[in-house]
Amino acid sequence: MSEHIVQPRIYVVIFLALMLGTGLTVFAAFHDFPGPLNAVVALTIAVIKATLVVLYFMHVRYSSRLIWLVIGSALFWLAIMFALTISDYWKRTWLPPL
Amino acid sequence: MSEGLTTTHEEAEAHSALQHHFENMEQQREAGTLGMWVFLVTEIMFFGALFLAYTIYRYQYPAAFASASNHLDIRLGAINTAVLIVSSFTMAMAVYGTQVGKQRSTVICLILTMILGATFLGIKAIEYHDKYRDNLIPGQLIPGHPFNPEVAKPGDTDEHKLHLVEGATVRNVELFYWIYFAMTGLHALHMIIGLGIMIVLTIMTWRGRFGPEYHAPVEISGLYWHFVDIIWIFLFPLLYLLGRHLEGHV
Repeated sequence: MSEHIVQPRIYVVIFLALMLGTGLTVFAAFHDFPGPLNAVVALTIAVIKATLVVLYFMHVRYSSRLIWLVIGSALFWLAIMFALTISDYWKRTWLPPL
Repeated sequence: MSEGLTTTHEEAEAHSALQHHFENMEQQREAGTLGMWVFLVTEIMFFGALFLAYTIYRYQYPAAFASASNHLDIRLGAINTAVLIVSSFTMAMAVYGTQVGKQRSTVICLILTMILGATFLGIKAIEYHDKYRDNLIPGQLIPGHPFNPEVAKPGDTDEHKLHLVEGATVRNVELFYWIYFAMTGLHALHMIIGLGIMIVLTIMTWRGRFGPEYHAPVEISGLYWHFVDIIWIFLFPLLYLLGRHLEGHV
């Protein structure tokens, strides 16, 4: 069987990293960072946590390129939805109303 | 022997769970995993649209969103985050158990995962009840209990009252709560479905259906469970933490 078996100690390490990230994001939330940095910090930590779950708990690190492609396509379509919608709202005052 | 597209698996090692349209167990497992990932892509788009709505309105009404977010119970939210992360760990250990043929360990890990999932839902129920008590359920979702929170006057430190940041309006706070209930409600529905799947898996494992040669359903259900965890990993900071750096005025 070509399936890769991830060792429990790796799961423990990832679990501890996720708990650390949770503590960190709560701690950082109470500090006032300049400008939009609070959101940047929170989302960065969230993306790192999600990446750890995807790569190790969901075994994607040991999965085929086809799986990587499917996940990549999800992010791609999500990016299209966000980019086009936000650009619309962002520029609504660009042209004067008819 | 075989004709056309049908393969009869007459070799002695053909596993009882091998479906006729697959060459071998490995191919079947990969196809199942691919299928679950494609479904998760649709789920990412499903939740993604709600995250998009959150993004738009948060940037249009930052003060209202900060005020509403600060009114959520950060301790319950953080505990729920920890609960789900532990449940993802126990789920991963359940998959490991089937991979190495440890049936009892798998059953225990699946039961722990379910207990943690139920704990998450219990805490969510407490939070929802708190919102109901403070008249924060938006619109007329509860007939007879419209959105009607008590706004705190300056200097009032009552936690049950809504403390509005400069520039926030009650109407836009209600918008936050629409998004809060839509997103956490949809997430909770996914948790409930996940619990149902776990119950089925636990029974199947206990009956000895899974082992190192065949455990794809456990692994695939694990993917679903981890996905629900990931959604919460994003929901928690966006819903509960966004305005905390503005706190300190109560």
